[in-house]
Amino acid sequence: MIPTSRTLDVDAIRKDFPVLSRILPNGKPLVYLDNAATSQKPRQVLDALTAYYELHNANVHRGVHTLAEEATALYEGARDAVASFINAPSRDEVVFTKNASESLNLVANMLGWAEEPYKVDADSEIVITEMEHHSNIVPWQLLAQRTGAKLKWFGLTDDGRLDLSHIDEIITEKTKVVSFVLVSNILGTVNPVEAIVRRAQDVGALVVIDASQAAPHMVLDVQALEADFVAFTGHKMLAPTGIGVLWGRQELLEDLPPFLGGGEMIETVSMQSSTYAPAPHKFEAGTPPIAQAVGLGAAIEYLNGVGMDAIWAHEHRITEYALQRLQEVPDLRIIGPTTAEDRAAAISFTLGDIHPHDVGQVLDEQGIAVRVGHHCARPVCLRYGIPATTRASFYLYSTEAEVDALIDGLHHVRAFFG
Amino acid sequence: MKLDSMYQDIILDHYKHPHGRGLRDGDAEVHHVNPTCGDEITLRVKLDGNVLADVSYEGQGCSISQASASVLNDLLVGKELGEAQQIQEAFLELMQSKGQMEGDEEVLEDAIAFAGVSKYPARVKCALLSWMAWKDATAQALAGAPVKESA
Repeated sequence: MIPTSRTLDVDAIRKDFPVLSRILPNGKPLVYLDNAATSQKPRQVLDALTAYYELHNANVHRGVHTLAEEATALYEGARDAVASFINAPSRDEVVFTKNASESLNLVANMLGWAEEPYKVDADSEIVITEMEHHSNIVPWQLLAQRTGAKLKWFGLTDDGRLDLSHIDEIITEKTKVVSFVLVSNILGTVNPVEAIVRRAQDVGALVVIDASQAAPHMVLDVQALEADFVAFTGHKMLAPTGIGVLWGRQELLEDLPPFLGGGEMIETVSMQSSTYAPAPHKFEAGTPPIAQAVGLGAAIEYLNGVGMDAIWAHEHRITEYALQRLQEVPDLRIIGPTTAEDRAAAISFTLGDIHPHDVGQVLDEQGIAVRVGHHCARPVCLRYGIPATTRASFYLYSTEAEVDALIDGLHHVRAFFG
Repeated sequence: MKLDSMYQDIILDHYKHPHGRGLRDGDAEVHHVNPTCGDEITLRVKLDGNVLADVSYEGQGCSISQASASVLNDLLVGKELGEAQQIQEAFLELMQSKGQMEGDEEVLEDAIAFAGVSKYPARVKCALLSWMAWKDATAQALAGAPVKESA
């Protein structure tokens, strides 16, 4: 059913996503262009969830009954699927969390409680960038406040890219950790990983990569990235909400302390003290999101069936077309790179003086779902002197006809507020 | 059409030609934001005894939030505090009515135009931003809080 060539059969793919054929209460067909917020779910993922609950539901890693063993096999099978999807050297490097925010908070807390040489303290520096999602800003602000460490960041160029011109002053011998986004959720920028990783490695800093907007859209190879940690979330890549991933290098996961304590993460417990299970279980306290992990496994199977390179190529074509057509709309200013080079399929823009809330409302009236606001990346809006943006973001099921609908909708917005 | 029920001409008119905009002398100043969308308002309240002498404001945001601040200025300036608070409560009730109320034009005047907005949960906060800021600033002015430097 799913073609494996580089060219997508978008019509066939769209048939797998029930919601895409929905007619909205105002009689308009849905044009879903809010994929950077969350993706829609194919029938195959929904079926996997239903099958899990109808046939196999049990708690994992405990109990000897048939359902418990099946549930454990499905949950751990999803871990195998993730490990393979990101080319992890070992399945034990894949920690399940509830989302990317939790993954990033987990790393920040590991480092906050760590012993030397990983310990972040008052002599340490933490480096992030101005284009981070709040989920990769606030955990580091908290860590800096609690430890006295200094928080530094890379600024942005006028065309929406990282300004690395002062990289040697920003990443220094004091830097303990550098955490940055692979693909910006607001600008669409694909960041130059190698230059940052090289400098971080030179000074012995750990590298954390937020791949939330990368994992759904491109081949993600944690070994090629040469990072120490990679975080992403399931719901943006066809999986349910409530399941995220933290990949970490095995020796780090072994050395670093746990954050959340509880069931599942222990080896033995007495009233005085406990010893911990080996990674990844050391970082998965409590009953995990089992069905959600199973859903993520099904989502990965679906994505692999289509082919991540084919998805990237499709989105690149859509992005090129959308950038070209958006720039035909009068008074429209793209916030971020204006060409498709080193760029993913989330496109933010402003439309004259019309506030994005009003843009989004009038588009919604035409069945077009976009995101409006600061996209949990308020520093980017401050950087470019705008209160908010409208963002259209595409995925494997997006079509040129949907881009055309957006453009027609924007002309309608201008007429309405003109 | 549904959209016109939200974007009444009165609202668009207040948005394009806001009344009383700009920061003037005040007894208290507050800065409120709508964290989900980035709408912001800085608002000052000036009291003259028991009378609301002025409400001045600066802000950025969507048509609904900006028009609402303009309507607030129209409605509340010159009123006694007790009456202003009743108007604020009537507006709050209208905005929380989920489209079930039309609003009392005797009390709310132009503000009844926002009745349609109450059908859109995501936009109710936009309409209420300046009103919540006003309530906060008035409480601070009554408590004798000093005017803060504008942000």
